[in-house]
Amino acid sequence: MYANDFEYYRATSVAEAVELLVSNEGAEPMAGSHGLLPRMRTGEEAPPVLVDINGIDGLRSIEETEAGLSIGALTTHAEIARSELVQTHAPALAVAAQAVGDIQVRNGGSIGGNLAHGDPRADLPAAVLALGGSVSVTGPDGSSSIDATELFHGDFKTEVGDHEIVTAVEIPVAANTASTYVKYRNPLSGYPLIGVGTWVQTDDGGETIEAARVAATGNLVRSMRLEEVENALIGSAVDKSTIDAAVAEAAVDEELYRQDPQASAAYCNHLLAVRTAEALDTVLAIETN
Amino acid sequence: MSKQEITLSVNGATHELHVEPRTLLVTALREELGYTGANVGCETARCGACTVRVNGDAIKSCMQFAVQLDGAEIETVEGLAEDGNLAPLQAQFQAHHGLQCGFCTPGMLMTADTYLKDAENPSREEIREAIEGNLCRCTGYHNIVDAIEATLTEGAPTNE
Ligand SMILES: Cc1cc2nc3c(=O)[nH]c(=O)nc-3n(C[C@H](O)[C@H](O)[C@H](O)COP(=O)(O)OP(=O)(O)OC[C@H]3O[C@@H](n4cnc5c(N)ncnc54)[C@H](O)[C@@H]3O)c2cc1C
Ligand code: FES
Ligand code: FES
Repeated sequence: MYANDFEYYRATSVAEAVELLVSNEGAEPMAGSHGLLPRMRTGEEAPPVLVDINGIDGLRSIEETEAGLSIGALTTHAEIARSELVQTHAPALAVAAQAVGDIQVRNGGSIGGNLAHGDPRADLPAAVLALGGSVSVTGPDGSSSIDATELFHGDFKTEVGDHEIVTAVEIPVAANTASTYVKYRNPLSGYPLIGVGTWVQTDDGGETIEAARVAATGNLVRSMRLEEVENALIGSAVDKSTIDAAVAEAAVDEELYRQDPQASAAYCNHLLAVRTAEALDTVLAIETN
Repeated sequence: MSKQEITLSVNGATHELHVEPRTLLVTALREELGYTGANVGCETARCGACTVRVNGDAIKSCMQFAVQLDGAEIETVEGLAEDGNLAPLQAQFQAHHGLQCGFCTPGMLMTADTYLKDAENPSREEIREAIEGNLCRCTGYHNIVDAIEATLTEGAPTNE
């Protein structure tokens, strides 16, 4: 099926993009189109106006800031996956970006689009949630920041306003931390059936977990933090029994899973526990047997 | 909707064309400009038959609107051969029977050619991963991996 016909505008600045969104009823920004185009093909979306933001300078970079990393919204998954800065300071994000689709898709899709799309199956949200990230947005009233925990409403809806452009993704960086992302691919779609992002911070001796964030994505209604798992980790010793106790909490209520005849909630919860264990083994560097 | 005027550089030749905004890159290449190398298989970015290079990166041309690529440098399979001679990778596909029906081949070649530009001593497993976005219904992939591996180790096929 053809995509719907639409009016096309190319913005050369964030201000111009916002202006075009405000002045055109129903207009949507377009980055890599790898999220939009498949849905326009099936008729799930039919935006009358698309504002192409690919021509905006300065949105495609990975920079170190005082707080951590700032990643421009148009940076592609492939660029993030091969960035030494991201590999070093935000490994969960590098691993998640590398887990997206295949090389052509990683060259096509952008981090801003991946997060703003609000696809509950997307990989990057679990990494950004685990890393405590946020997105910078600019709209008619100026710029602001949206914490990742506020971002994902499920069903392709996000906290990003209709007239707002995501300009960057901010990832805080701190000492004594480790993070990773573990994906169990849906063999048909390539998207995660379950993906788990994990971040931990220990004391200087590496003996006690001082802070932890764990997030899941995939067959869920939206990408989300798993607070029970986090609570089982925080304040506990870095050892196998802590991981066991945390993994025992890695389950999500049935109504938070999407209906999927091929993957029941019980099956997904099993995958969730196994991937959480794998992720925690990696970040706490504990050998399993 | 009103047509847009765009400029595409394809294999070094500059083309100006008028397209509807919803025209896919692969449609513009095939139907407007006659570059029929990129094939249309799934049209959902799964099969990779439509893979071309855009500003140096392998991309599925069914997943981009042509208007998004105004001013871009596109390379298609037609640009691989030089002076009518198959490029080493193409010759290795021939030598190793890396194709049967050939439908996947243009996309497979563009993905592999892009990968080879900075691959260092990859394992067969890594080569398979590099072409995971390209499906082949005929060969079972072994011969394709052989051809890519041979291009790395010996360049063009040596005459036997
Ligand atoms: C075959 C295929 C396989 C895929 N596999 C995976 C996978 O395994 N895992 C995964 O996570 N993803 C996967 N994706 C999705 C893809 O990687 C992109 O992340 C996704 O398409 C969105 O990025 P985009 O740049 O293409 O955004 P677009 O498609 O251009 O936009 C998506 C949405 O976000 C909005 N938007 C985009 N950029 C901005 C911005 N800067 N500010 C505000 N709003 C914005 C648009 O208006 C639109 O609503 C796959 C896609 C395809 C086609
Ligand atoms: S036709 Fe583009 S990936 Fe199949
Ligand atoms: S040779 Fe027929 S699909 Fe690959």
